[in-house]
Amino acid sequence: MSDAAFDWMAAANKKAKGKRPEYFDDPQDERMLSILMAVVGEVSVLRERMDTVERLLDAKGTISRVDIEGYVPDKAAAYERGVMIREYIYRVMRGPQQMVEELKQTEQPVEDVSRELREI
Amino acid sequence: MSDDKKLDVAPPYTAVARHGVSPVASHDEIARFDFLANFNKFMSGALSPGNKLAYDARVLPKFEKEHGREPKDRFEIRHAMNDDPFHQFWSALKRNSMEMRQQNGRAIVLRQIEELNAKARQYNEGRETLELHPEIEIPRYQSAVDIHCMPGSYHGEEYPGDVSAGANYDSGLFATTAGGLGALSDGGGQALVEWIKKTRPGWQPRRVLDIGCTIGHNIVPLALAFPNCEVIAIDTAAPILRYAHARAQSLGATNITFIQANAEDLSRWEDGSFDWVQTTMFLHETSGKALPKILSEGYRVLADDGLMLHLEQPEYHDGMPLFEQFLRDWDAFNNNEPFWSSMHSLDMKDEMVAAGFGRGELFETGVRAVVDREIFPEAPTGADEDHGRAPYWHAYGAWKNSEAMQEEAE
Repeated sequence: MSDAAFDWMAAANKKAKGKRPEYFDDPQDERMLSILMAVVGEVSVLRERMDTVERLLDAKGTISRVDIEGYVPDKAAAYERGVMIREYIYRVMRGPQQMVEELKQTEQPVEDVSRELREI
Repeated sequence: MSDDKKLDVAPPYTAVARHGVSPVASHDEIARFDFLANFNKFMSGALSPGNKLAYDARVLPKFEKEHGREPKDRFEIRHAMNDDPFHQFWSALKRNSMEMRQQNGRAIVLRQIEELNAKARQYNEGRETLELHPEIEIPRYQSAVDIHCMPGSYHGEEYPGDVSAGANYDSGLFATTAGGLGALSDGGGQALVEWIKKTRPGWQPRRVLDIGCTIGHNIVPLALAFPNCEVIAIDTAAPILRYAHARAQSLGATNITFIQANAEDLSRWEDGSFDWVQTTMFLHETSGKALPKILSEGYRVLADDGLMLHLEQPEYHDGMPLFEQFLRDWDAFNNNEPFWSSMHSLDMKDEMVAAGFGRGELFETGVRAVVDREIFPEAPTGADEDHGRAPYWHAYGAWKNSEAMQEEAE
């Protein structure tokens, strides 16, 4: 083995063998969604870290990085954090969720409603 | 707040139990899996119902208009749904969730790969309970694509002799099933123990063969429940066997011997030499010709009055709506499970009969993951089910020559 460090960051990103399905008409959209979803995940990570810091400060007044790394939420805190993540997911996933709602009803374009209101 | 008023959230990743070769996750790595576990719940609970709505509202009417008939199978539904913008977006999100799970798991494992390999060596070196045979070829059904989008599949190595494939697989089971498999992701194995103790109280199998054992999570509970039983666990991939052996040893399951072997050829074992032949979520990762060979070899090595049991997702029987079949097929084409679709359309009863069992010896039952319900909620089945992932299996089983033995006894 050479002296160079094993580049685990590059290795972690390895592609799985097997042609990736194409979901969108434009292949660039596939890449954009993969970046966006990674960022969505990372924002959740930052929120969870902030929650850990706040809980530790509440409990102890001062904290170290070791405290953060070793933090294990109790049952109540774990549930509250689960709710926090869930709430965050619902906020960023508003668009896709509204697609489901749209499928449940057919709505006329607002332009048509506008025309209708002019007449009544 | 009372329990029944709580929102449905995933248990925290910190509830995952450690064993001797567990990768150690940092705060932020834990948070990544917390996100994915809850995201997968959102996908199956809030978004997935949109697929049926899109199908009923526009995909089916368009298909009927174009073809003058309903779709005749799940494949026609898939091709039609693949053009639907909702299904496209849902699938793209789900595929990304799987890819993120792999990246997140590999990042945890690979940054500490040398420590993990060193830990595994401590449990593995010089032990007779781990037999690796490098001459065993990885069969085409394991190498054609990386199964469930796991880069390198079960057999890939980043370092010669490493355990990264096993450690990555183990670390992410929690996220994929949103905690549905319990603290050691062994809810399937725990369910086997509960089922056998209820079905045949007092039975002490002397020798058990677990085929396609991967990291041994589905067989360790059985080995611990029957400490005097000799368990043989086989798989074709060395990296996960190294990990499985170290994991089992650290959990005290020293009565399992992990052997690199291909189940299509069990010739090293004599006829009738096992009391129990088990597969758990394995047969769908084989192939059309391998599956019957594995069943018939399993039948040969099974002793009279012995048990053969296969845990899988339910087969696509005639009564299952085509749309549900299509939804259950998602992993086949979007998560690199290329035999999944064909396997689930097999009649497993016919396959078991072809392997040698009498039709009267067969049985089917449902098996639900056994986990600590204080921490890990029961995964939903029905409308909110994560199709293909639900920790609720269909078991196909048989007691060999049980009819003949019973007649003899009478």
